[in-house]
Amino acid sequence: MTTPMVATTPMVEAHGVHKSYGAVEVLRGVDLSVARGEVTCLIGPSGSGKSTLLRCINHLEKHDAGELRVDGHLVGYEARDGKLYERNDKQICAERSRIGMVFQRFNLFQHLTVLDNVTIGQVKVRGVANDAAVVRARELLARVGLVAKEKNYPSQLSGGQQQRVAIARALAMEPKLMLFDEPTSALDPELVGEVLDVMKDLAKSGMTMIVVTHEMGFAREVANSLYFLDQGVIEESGNPREVLVNPRSARLQSFLSKVL
Amino acid sequence: MMTNGDDAVEVVPVRHVGRYVAGFVVAVALAMLVHTLFSKVSTGQVSCHTSAGARHCHPVTNWRFGWNVVFHYFTSREILSGLLVTLELTAIAMAIGISLGLLIAIMRLSHNRLVSATAWVYTWFFRGTPVYVQLLFWFNIAALYQTVTFGLPFLNVTFAHINLVAFFTPFNTAVVGLGLNEAAYMSEIARSGLISVDEGQIEAATSIGMTRSQTLRLVILPQAMRVIIPPTGNEIISMLKTTSLAIAVSLVELLGAATNIYSANYEIMPLLIVASLWYLIVTTVLSTGQFYVERHYAKGALRTPPPTPIQRLRNDVRGIAAKFTSGRSTARASS
Repeated sequence: MTTPMVATTPMVEAHGVHKSYGAVEVLRGVDLSVARGEVTCLIGPSGSGKSTLLRCINHLEKHDAGELRVDGHLVGYEARDGKLYERNDKQICAERSRIGMVFQRFNLFQHLTVLDNVTIGQVKVRGVANDAAVVRARELLARVGLVAKEKNYPSQLSGGQQQRVAIARALAMEPKLMLFDEPTSALDPELVGEVLDVMKDLAKSGMTMIVVTHEMGFAREVANSLYFLDQGVIEESGNPREVLVNPRSARLQSFLSKVL
Repeated sequence: MMTNGDDAVEVVPVRHVGRYVAGFVVAVALAMLVHTLFSKVSTGQVSCHTSAGARHCHPVTNWRFGWNVVFHYFTSREILSGLLVTLELTAIAMAIGISLGLLIAIMRLSHNRLVSATAWVYTWFFRGTPVYVQLLFWFNIAALYQTVTFGLPFLNVTFAHINLVAFFTPFNTAVVGLGLNEAAYMSEIARSGLISVDEGQIEAATSIGMTRSQTLRLVILPQAMRVIIPPTGNEIISMLKTTSLAIAVSLVELLGAATNIYSANYEIMPLLIVASLWYLIVTTVLSTGQFYVERHYAKGALRTPPPTPIQRLRNDVRGIAAKFTSGRSTARASS
């Protein structure tokens, strides 16, 4: 049996990941494994470390201890001769460019049009020719249903439209992994659906996704696995259709009773 | 009642009597001021001439403000070449101020303590001493250092050798003195612009794999410009006027040219008016330019950019025209 390595290693693997801000320990030994092509939802009360974990995965934050691998490679370090060598900025930027991130507050580049928001990373980071970047950007804008808005500035769009552009901007980098940090929490209720629809499409296309969310309906419908974080540790995990229906831990039971 | 038809109720506006009185007082005061500006005074001399055998004499009068002298010197060669020096000095000193100021602002935000502390000390020193003193200081720097050599220490490698006595001509002194001083102020303006950009913008740029320098150039600076431009416009206008201090290092700029002329002909007020008028003209041009630059960098920040003066004028004219064509119907209100 010679299964290719790629198919077996998980896309994201965390073992005992720790992270502190000063005296506050936000992550206290997190274990997690995300298979390729799967959707993983992270839920938990605010301050439980969900966002921090996500930010450690693309190295926006440096984890203090533990092992964190993306696509089989250590995040931010290289293991050689029994030592860990910190990667330089250029290597980290290259790694990060293949991990898409969608933020709660969209963070579109305010001074650029919708089209430029989606092309800038392709041209400046990936070195794609401008024409090709525009073609690709229009494809992606069509996919999120915003072709007509390409000349608009972010401030002229609704929250839901901005978040869809943000998803297109991340996809333009041809990511192997997409991270969503509460992508619908800053949206008016009637705009949540349009963003979740785009995310569902993306999940169907086989993208590996980690989604920090409070949308239990989305988790139940789309996620392959679900992790419940509380006070910096994974309190419970498993198939969302089982975990959400029959929570075992008291903490998850009390959390769900508040959000559902 | 939003009707405009025959059944509209007439609304009588409040009469602001106080406003009319205040307007009248100001109008009279302005008229008196304008009158003195263009009044004539006796010179104490008498001019006589003979015609048809009779001798006629009448006192000689002159513009109180010497407008004929103003007009005569307004475009004289000395004044115009002084103006040119003022403009050159403003442009070069501001170019130094803006680029060095931006560098110092970026140094202030550096993670390296020594780098950021150096930037802080620079600002502290140059903001903490009068620019007039700094100009005199640079003018006399040759008393401390005669030459400056650029090279690598300990290696006997030399790139350039500058004789400071020869370098610090009046113009160069003014450029260095004003430029270095301006950099201290510009660095604070640039820093306020840089830190005004939302942290989320930096995170987003980082998350798509931009390096720190790409993030600075492509994302932070263009957005910081919106905050940096208006005070920079003020600084340019302020610099234009501060160049008049270059008189301290015997540079003949606009004001210097005016003083040179009046020290010869004693027409002090008219020549000060000539210089002032030129300062006013240039600052007006600069303010207009500033408006359009600000409008350009407001892209994306405002849903609709503010109207240009021409657009505003057109709208006003349209508004007034509409008032007249609709006659009394606007006096009747839509309440």
